[in-house]
Order: sequence, then structure tokens, then C-alpha cells
Amino acid sequence: MNEPNTEQSSSCGPASPAELSRRRFLARLSLAAGGVGALIVMLPVAGFILAPFFKRTHEVWRTVGKVDSFKIGETTAVQYEDASPLPWAGVTARSAAWLRRVNTDTFIAFSINCTHLGCPVRWLAEANLFMCPCHGGVYYEDGTVAAGPPPLPLRRYPVRVKNGDVEIQTAPIPIIKN
Amino acid sequence: MISRTARHLVPPDAKWWYVLGSATLCAFMIQVITGVALAFSYIPSASEAYSTLRFINEQAPFGHFLRGLHYYGASAMVLMVGLHMAQVFLAGSYKFPRELNWATGVLLLGFTLVMGFTGQLLRGDQNAVWTVVVAAEQAGRTPFIGQWLAHFILGGDTVGGATFTRFFAIHVFIMPGFIFAFVGLHLWLVLRHGISEPPKPGKLVDPKTYRQEYKVLIETKGEPFWPDSAWRDVLFCVAMIVVIAALAFLSGAPQLGKPPDPSITTASPRPDWYFMWYFAVLALLPHGTEQYFLVFGPLLAGIVLITLPLFSNRGERSPWRRPWAIAIVLMTVLMIATLWVEGVKSPWSPNFKAQPLSTSVVGATNGAVFLGAQLFHDKGCLNCHLIADDGGRRGPDLTAVADRLSKNQMILRIANGAVNMPAYAANLTPAQMDALVAFLQTRKIQQP
Repeated sequence: MNEPNTEQSSSCGPASPAELSRRRFLARLSLAAGGVGALIVMLPVAGFILAPFFKRTHEVWRTVGKVDSFKIGETTAVQYEDASPLPWAGVTARSAAWLRRVNTDTFIAFSINCTHLGCPVRWLAEANLFMCPCHGGVYYEDGTVAAGPPPLPLRRYPVRVKNGDVEIQTAPIPIIKN
Repeated sequence: MISRTARHLVPPDAKWWYVLGSATLCAFMIQVITGVALAFSYIPSASEAYSTLRFINEQAPFGHFLRGLHYYGASAMVLMVGLHMAQVFLAGSYKFPRELNWATGVLLLGFTLVMGFTGQLLRGDQNAVWTVVVAAEQAGRTPFIGQWLAHFILGGDTVGGATFTRFFAIHVFIMPGFIFAFVGLHLWLVLRHGISEPPKPGKLVDPKTYRQEYKVLIETKGEPFWPDSAWRDVLFCVAMIVVIAALAFLSGAPQLGKPPDPSITTASPRPDWYFMWYFAVLALLPHGTEQYFLVFGPLLAGIVLITLPLFSNRGERSPWRRPWAIAIVLMTVLMIATLWVEGVKSPWSPNFKAQPLSTSVVGATNGAVFLGAQLFHDKGCLNCHLIADDGGRRGPDLTAVADRLSKNQMILRIANGAVNMPAYAANLTPAQMDALVAFLQTRKIQQP
């Protein structure tokens, strides 16, 4: 912060050394007090706004259907709820995955998010391909890149069979790093 | 004081070219007024935004019209800020002593684009959800802090309740606050340095003498801004409002998409028109360059724009003596227009609506050719290739493919794929491959 401008204050008449010292003190007092006031207000604001940076979501397993409701070899879209949705999240709390039953008790769950820029890929059952509607990404049935701009294979989500139910573990939207 | 400011002297030849800045401000005022009005009925929550928008659109008196005003007002603001920038650049008005006018203007351009982007999200439909995801993925490519930025944009791990409220706060409080502050600074700088006189070829800007020359010009020839010059600003602004109102009345705001449910996989996200060209950039970047371009492209563009006056703040102002200035503007306009057209057509996107080929096109109702035509649809070939105007446009048009490829060439290409084509070797049985090639061998225009 700037020091008090002694030249300007001298225009109000010559100031005594005591006066100068008093002004310097008052200026510093005001700045310090102002800083404390700003901190009291800004710290909680910053914490409130930046909270998502530090929030760690506790992932949970979500049941997406009975094992028997999935045919071996088929890939279908399954919907489930996010880990800990806010009460007013409405339909935005939902997530989806492409779930394939490989054999009697093995399942694979692919993220629906294209690894290029996150658009929702579609499974074309006859063609055995995932295709992205945004920038032309295509993936083979194992999720590896078949064509277009995606840099990585489709992400897979943890999936398990428990008590005859297929369960998928919730996960963040995969953000691809450089 | 208001009267004195309104009557400040401006150069006499500042004609219609000078209305673009005030037109941008005028569009912003429309946005503030219509935006405040919309906020009377809009609930910025993930579960309510969509239904309140439907209410505004379908039931609220004047709601449909108001949304239209806000949409076309936004379009006008983006358009005017772009034209204003091009005009200032062409006229060399960013040179001494108006470097800071330019820099604040570039920031205002950035704020305007953020407003456009966040505004599209507040529509709260399916498109909005995927726009947030695409934005978060782009931010995620930033070195070191990418994951944090993506997290900040989403308001968490996924799109959800926290996402929309944050964008509402940014769109309605933070960005308008910045815009008000920087418009104030921008206008104060305009008053302080005066409106630039129209450039004359051969009249150079010299920082040592410019201020004195400008002072003399203004004192001898200047005319009061109000009303001698301001009437053009007012008329242009009103004409713009009439056009915006007509568009809002006749065509209305964009239709709402499906509800903002991220688990609906049948989505075809598209940005609003002012980002359509960038959508094309994202699709057309050479593979492998995007990791650098996504973050450093926009960053570099911003730095170059804002520091422009540092590299050229003196000398010639007239565009007729600065051919490169004209070339840069022309090339930018051409580039954006071309990319925009490509974005609208988006030939790189698979055509999910492609219908199976008709019998008249196939020319067979049984046998290998018929089977091959079915496979051509079922195996997804038709999503990316045209045959007789049916299908997608990602790959080459195959209407007459047999005229240029032999049977063996076809088998090789289908089995191995290409950069933008899947390899089908593991996806087709030998019999299927034979049928597909038999069908493609009938695709010819020339008679043998």
C-alpha cells in the first residue's frame, strides 16, 4: 500500500513532526483494520466458492438390474443415480453406462463419455461400434479407438455381481488429462 | 456535469462507422433489462430451471417474446462487439494514446463470450448438460490445474445440483459486474483520450505530438457529441432494437431440447451459433495437436489480441496504408465463416438417422448384393458414407465406388480401416465381407 503522501498534506499548512507521525499511524491503522475486515468477509466466501476443489466424493455401488435381465453378449445403456446428489439435482443426478454381459457372471461397464470432449457415445449393436455424435469419434466393442479424434479408449467403470444384482460403482465424469 | 460530458467535443467526421461501440452497449442494456425480467420467473436449480423455462416459453405473458429478445440481444451483442473490434483495428484507433481502450475492449469481448456461453447453459436442457461437460473436458487439458478447473466448472465430480447454481451466479452477478466495471473504464478512457479522428492516409501517429494535434483539431473543428454525433448512435441502436424485436417475434428463442438428464444417450450436442465455428475447430484439429491447442490456442489468441498495441502503437492508421490489417480482418472473417458453415453441416458426425437403402437404390431383392446392402446399413457404414444421397458424410461418397476401387482394394480398405474409419476385419465374417464387396461392386455410374 502507498505511504501517505506528505507533499499533498503539506498544502493544508505546515505539519509538525508529531502531526506527521499521527497521520502515518492513522493511515496504517486504517489499512490494517480494512484488511482485517476484508479477510473476515472474504475467507468464508473463498472457502464456500472453492469448496468443490477439495470435496472428496465417497463413491457407492448402485444396483442397475438383475443379472438375468441382461442377455449374454448384449450391450445396453443402464441408468443409475450419482454418489451423493443434492436434493434439488432433479434428473441431473442421473448417470449412465454402457453395460455388457460378457458371460454368465462377467460384466463390463463402459463410460458413456467420449474421451475426446465428453459427449455421450452411442452403442450400435449391429455394427459392434460406439459412435460419438459430436466430433466423429468411433470405438470398437472393447472400447479402443477405431476412428476420429479420441486420444484414449473409453473408460471402464467398476462393476460387480452381488446377490443376483449387477452393481456399478459411481464415478466422476472422466476428465482426460494431457 | 452530465450535460458537459454529453456535449464533449468529438471529431466532426466521425460518421456511421462510429456507432458500433454504442450499439454493443445498447445490446448490453437490452440484455440487462430482459435478463432481470427473466429472473423474475427463472429458478436456477437443476431440477427447476428446465420447467421454469418451459413456463416462461409457453405460459408466461410475453415470456416467449422476452426469451427471444434476450437471445437475439445476446446475438447482437456478440456481433456488434466483433464488428466494433474489426472497425477499431482497421482504423488503427487502438494506437497511441488509446492502447488501454483496446485492452479493456478485448477483456469486454472475453466477458461477452463468457456471458454467451453461460447463458446457453442456463437454458437447462440436455444441450446445456453436454455443453458443461465439453467445457470441463477442455479445461481439464490445462497442465497441472486441469482437474481442478474441470471440477470447478462442473461444481463437483459430475453434472448435478451444484452445476447450474454456479453458472447462474457467474452469468447474473459476476460477469455483469465485470462488464459494468470495464464498460465504465472503457468509456472513461474514451472521454479522457477523446474519440479518435477518422484516419487519413499519410497522417502518422507520433506519441510526442499526437495529443497536441488532437487538441488543436478538436478545438478548431470539434462538434458537441450530443446531439451532433449522438443522433446516429441513437438511430442505429433503435434500428437494432427493432430488428431484435422482429426476430424475437417472428422466430422466437431457440427451442428447448430434452430435459437435462445426463443418462439419455441419444443426444447430439451443438453450441449456439456464435460458437459453432469453434465446434468445427474442435472436430477438425489434426489428431494429436488438440492437447496443445485446446488450452494454448485460446490463451495465445487472447494474449496476442490484448498486447497488440504494444507491438504497433504509432505510425500509419489508415487501412489503405496497412494492407496487412485488411488481410487479417478478411482472413479472420473468411476463416470463421468457413468453419461456421462446416460446423452447421458437421460432416464429421455420424448420421444416426440414416435409413436402410431402398430397393431401387440397391437394385436387388435377394442374393449377395441385397445382403451386402443390408450389412452396409447394419454395420454402420451408412452412418458415415453416402450412397445415392442417403447416409453420413464423414467418409467418401460411395455412390460410384466401383468406378475407382477394385474388389481387392475394397477388401483391403474395409478390413484395415483408416485414420477415420474402423477396421472391420474382426467385425465381418468372410461371407459377410464377400456380400458387402459384392454390393459395393455394383455401385458404379460408368458403364464398363
